[in-house]
Amino acid sequence: MTPRSSGLRAAGGNLVVWGYALMIAGPMLWILSNSFKRQIDILMGVTIAPATLSNYQSVLFSRQSDFLMNLFNSAVVAVVSTAIVLFVATLAAFTIVRLQPPRWVTYLVLGWTLIFHMLPTLTFVGSWYVMFAELGLHGTYLALILTHVVHNLPMALFLMTGFVMNIPKELIQAARLDGCNYGQVFRHLVLPLSLGGMAAAGALAFIYSWSDFAIALNLSDKDTMTAPVAIATFAQEYQIRYGEMAAAAVLSMLPALAFILFGQRFVVRGLLAGAVK
Amino acid sequence: MRASTTTKGLMRANRLWVIGSLAPVVVLLVALTIWPVINVAILSLSSLEWSDGKADLSFVGLANFIELFTDQPVYWAGVRNNIIFAVAAVSCQMVLGFFMALSVQRASKIGRGVLTAIYLLPIVIPPIVIGAMWRLLLGSDFGIVNNILGFIGLGPFDWLGSARLALPSVIAVDIWHWTPFVFLLMLTGLESLDQEVFEAARIDVLNGWQELRHITIPLMLPTILITVAFRLILSFKVFDEVFLLTAGGPGTATEVINFSIYRVFFGQDNVGLGSAMSFLTLFSVAFIAILANAVVRRWRRNKEVHA
Repeated sequence: MTPRSSGLRAAGGNLVVWGYALMIAGPMLWILSNSFKRQIDILMGVTIAPATLSNYQSVLFSRQSDFLMNLFNSAVVAVVSTAIVLFVATLAAFTIVRLQPPRWVTYLVLGWTLIFHMLPTLTFVGSWYVMFAELGLHGTYLALILTHVVHNLPMALFLMTGFVMNIPKELIQAARLDGCNYGQVFRHLVLPLSLGGMAAAGALAFIYSWSDFAIALNLSDKDTMTAPVAIATFAQEYQIRYGEMAAAAVLSMLPALAFILFGQRFVVRGLLAGAVK
Repeated sequence: MRASTTTKGLMRANRLWVIGSLAPVVVLLVALTIWPVINVAILSLSSLEWSDGKADLSFVGLANFIELFTDQPVYWAGVRNNIIFAVAAVSCQMVLGFFMALSVQRASKIGRGVLTAIYLLPIVIPPIVIGAMWRLLLGSDFGIVNNILGFIGLGPFDWLGSARLALPSVIAVDIWHWTPFVFLLMLTGLESLDQEVFEAARIDVLNGWQELRHITIPLMLPTILITVAFRLILSFKVFDEVFLLTAGGPGTATEVINFSIYRVFFGQDNVGLGSAMSFLTLFSVAFIAILANAVVRRWRRNKEVHA
């Protein structure tokens, strides 16, 4: 290959990749700029308008808006369900990978979660609704947290079995010979050594739980409504307040942006490991 | 040391640990995934009335299924749209993602971190936000897409409101949404390929196209197949974006399976019929998923035997 043609190719490659990046970033920047514009400027299609914080102010602090509470609800559900799913999945992953439980248990847990992961969430939501309504738990944090835990369980299990498998067997055997019971092995060896894996699985679990719409739409009520459900109601009002909707959208993107800026490595690792399984 | 040093005590401690550590996962799975499947089967054979927060079930036999097969054209329109949506969106994502990954390999490494960050954006922000965003972008009155097209004298188009354009618009949004994901998978796959094969190809003076056809694609085939299967199955989960973009309309133009289930179950409060739809969908997707898995596995095994 001549140097000239490879230079051309590199230039073409750069063009394609950065062009597509622009197509992704463009709409996001447009929303961001709209969130700082007055309704009238958005409707008139003014590109450069005087920036205002009024949209954020009214979304967060006006008396008609519950969005601050919606964000709080999203945070509670996402944090608690992520903590639970990480703990439960790591515990199970350790036993499945290193302690050889009966074969059928392994097949049941891993095989069924793999299938469950592929089934449309909406086919379960109806049944969950009937169950929780009968138990008097409809619209509670508990209903949202438990369903989010189950929803993220397959991903967490696949990732954590992979990561626990990377902990050398000999290390665990050595600890056992030193008289540690399995509880101690788990606490002092497996947990610290799989922190990186837990960061990847946790980042994804948090992102998915924070983003969930299909479950929260049907299992939350006015007091437990999460941010995505609130945004959908915003968009469906007869008189759409575009600026406020943009501000709400930007606010609900913040956790994802934080993950990309500070934990990119974990998000990428989690996404790739989870997809190829 | 304690009594558990005896073999018997040790065995028992082991078994207790195994049971205790798997119990939370098993309880969660049984209560919230296996029972709902059974429950949905029971509900699909019943009609449900609520009285004081208690569900009142009466057995109606196969009535719900008969209605589903004879009197629910909306659900079947959803099935058809969902298949079109899945095939069109996934094939575009694969082609775009694959060729973008190829060009990155040839592009300079400057700004890789920024690029990855931008490409991750659509994957990690809430899908409902993507729906809201594109609803504004594609709006017929002052959406920016029509504004831009207006500059070159085209439009305005009613992207989401016309029966002809609505489904292609939803597909386009999904392509925008998921191509970066396919791209990241393809890039990782390409970068893990053995570079020596390509060196050899260059010595044998294969041109770019031959190299692609005879080396890159065959080597990438496992990754490609798995990604296609994964994306196809996941595109039957689509709900959030459709909810905001078109709500299944106009008419049944963008109806998808999940949306029919949602509307019948929660909009019309018809739990029996909604459950019948869920049940049918559940088993069809599970069947396809297991089949796809078996095919990929067999294909891989054959490959190993021949290699």
